Amino acid sequence: MKNWAPIEWTIGLRFLTEGIMQTVFILTGIAMGVGVIVFMSAMLSGLQANFIKRVLTSQAHIQIIPPDEVARPLRSSSGLIEGAIVQRPSQRILSIDQWQTIRSAMKARPDVITVSPTATGSALAIRGDAARSITLTGMEPELYFQIVRVPDYIVAGAAKLESDDILIGTELAKDLGAAVGDKLNLSTASGATQVLTITGVFDLGNKGANERSTFVALRTAQSLLGLIGGITTLDITVTDIYAAETIAQDISATLPVQADSWIKTNAQFFTAVRAQQSSNTLIRSFVGLSVAFGIAAVLIVSVIQRSKDIGILRAMGTRRGQILGVFLIQGGVLGFIGAIIGSSLGAGALFLWHGAARQADGTELFPLMLEPSLFVVAAAVATLTGVAAGMAPALRAARLDPVEAIRG
Amino acid sequence: MADVLKLEQIRKFYNAGTPVETEVLHGIDLKLAAGEFVALMGPSGSGKSTLLNIIGLLDRPTSGTVSINGQNTAGMSDSEMTALRGHTIGFVFQYHYLISAFTAAENVMMPMMVDHGRRTDAMQDVAYGLLADVELTRWRDNRATNMSGGQQQRVAIARALAMNPSLVLADEPTGNLDSVSADGVFDLMRRINTEHSTTFLIVTHNLDLAMRCDRILDVIDGRISGQEAAEAENIPGSRAVAEPLSPA
Ligand SMILES: Nc1ncnc2c1ncn2[C@@H]1O[C@H](COP(=O)(O)OP(=O)(O)OP(=O)(O)O)[C@@H](O)[C@H]1O
Ligand SMILES: [Mg+2]
Repeated sequence: MKNWAPIEWTIGLRFLTEGIMQTVFILTGIAMGVGVIVFMSAMLSGLQANFIKRVLTSQAHIQIIPPDEVARPLRSSSGLIEGAIVQRPSQRILSIDQWQTIRSAMKARPDVITVSPTATGSALAIRGDAARSITLTGMEPELYFQIVRVPDYIVAGAAKLESDDILIGTELAKDLGAAVGDKLNLSTASGATQVLTITGVFDLGNKGANERSTFVALRTAQSLLGLIGGITTLDITVTDIYAAETIAQDISATLPVQADSWIKTNAQFFTAVRAQQSSNTLIRSFVGLSVAFGIAAVLIVSVIQRSKDIGILRAMGTRRGQILGVFLIQGGVLGFIGAIIGSSLGAGALFLWHGAARQADGTELFPLMLEPSLFVVAAAVATLTGVAAGMAPALRAARLDPVEAIRG
Repeated sequence: MADVLKLEQIRKFYNAGTPVETEVLHGIDLKLAAGEFVALMGPSGSGKSTLLNIIGLLDRPTSGTVSINGQNTAGMSDSEMTALRGHTIGFVFQYHYLISAFTAAENVMMPMMVDHGRRTDAMQDVAYGLLADVELTRWRDNRATNMSGGQQQRVAIARALAMNPSLVLADEPTGNLDSVSADGVFDLMRRINTEHSTTFLIVTHNLDLAMRCDRILDVIDGRISGQEAAEAENIPGSRAVAEPLSPA
């Protein structure tokens, strides 16, 4: 006992296999369209994800810093401004006022994951005759490394920081001729000096950063920078990276600090992403539209070719709704099968391109991001597009006057 | 016997209300009793096909009523007419109109499939039985396009019978066949008529065949006149070339 499909399916599928040439041609068209869309979407989201990953493993989602110091003009008792020209004061290294309170407030927020206090300032690293100016970042490794994954970038030694230890970049190590285990003499503008041992060398993938960035324990930096008990920055990660800017604005508004999100500091990137996304959307819509018109055109031709079949079907008692179904199903099936073939083509092309396109250093240009959801969405959208495109031909078929069709 | 078909004052205008308005049928009254085998004749353009389409509920008359098995169809909706058509009327056309994407058996099953909404195993047995009846068992799983004209017309007859209709309407069913095939197709319909008492209304230009019917109706200029087949020779305006009546 075979279980047969509804008659609309039986007739619709038979019409498709009967006109196999038309079916193959339109399927090729649909598959190419869907392939282009899948390829573009996957590559763009790969590139974007790669960039975001790089950014977010090397900086905090939100940085809290002390507010800018501003100079207020001198006023006389009558309210008249006496010194009208106000010079911007030089920005001293300042600790965040009552940073422990702010840290507790941050930790209490449900949308915040990690809060890491850091003390940052400039210093001079001296070894023998060589001296280089560096940025000294003092932090608590167990917190800070959750935000900036320094351990992932260590190329020699280990990311271990006691109070006499320092991590330096590959460029600085080269400039100073230093290696793991060697000692460095650090001095700061405040006159403090300390001898530190290099425990690890990292490569952040950026020459400037490898020259200047150094990491030490928070206490070490505090004493070198003359900030005993103080910190210059609170680094924060949040649950939803795209909500970072809103959260930052919220923090700035409610606390006497300045909060900058990664979205703000990487504004250029986001402008580029947005431009790319809108042009991508535009291209995808037009490809989708031309696929839809292709399906509609083929089905219209099929309705005309099969008008006698439709007429005789109506004469033998087939309802208008059934005729409508026959052609909507054809549209949907074309969209669905085209999407399956197209997704495979797009994925295949992406694999080849991923293998061929390399960055200057030989690493991948973008990660392969082929999520099953992309295929599911492509198939669903293509099926719906097919059904929608089948609407006009199907209505035409359903409205066909059987007398006209048979007389022809 | 009960009337399978009753037409009362059927009029049909084409392009009604426009300057090219034409009245094709001028008030036709007609009754077909169950089990009758009737020929419909008349010159080209006289309105035979128009009448058949109205009887078959494919078209509506401009005025007048069509009753099938005593059921007046005048107030029916489109879908009610479609349902009634599917259940009570079988069609055979000059150009068989088999659906080329399907086999002979599938074509015969088609009216049952669209009625039931999907295929069942029982339908295949019915279709094979009907195809055996029209002596096409050997070709039953052939595509329609791989058969001769006569064979295709037999499939079309089997298909017209699939829903066990009260009335089969055939518009020039032999018009496209050579005389031997035409004879065969006609004999087949006559045999089904006697075996199953299915009512047939057959449009034909072939007087020989018409005279083997119970009755001949003549449509001339949208009016109908009918007599027993035996009197056909005396119809005014019937074929001048009609051969002498051979004894029945
Ligand atoms: N859709 C239509 N619009 C306008 N006139 C039509 C239409 N259909 C048929 N006619 C006209 O109605 C008249 C009858 O046509 P019909 O097809 O019923 O004739 P017929 O008797 O079947 O002729 P034939 O023997 O050639 O098949 C003809 O004059 C035809 O031109
Ligand atoms: Mg005709």
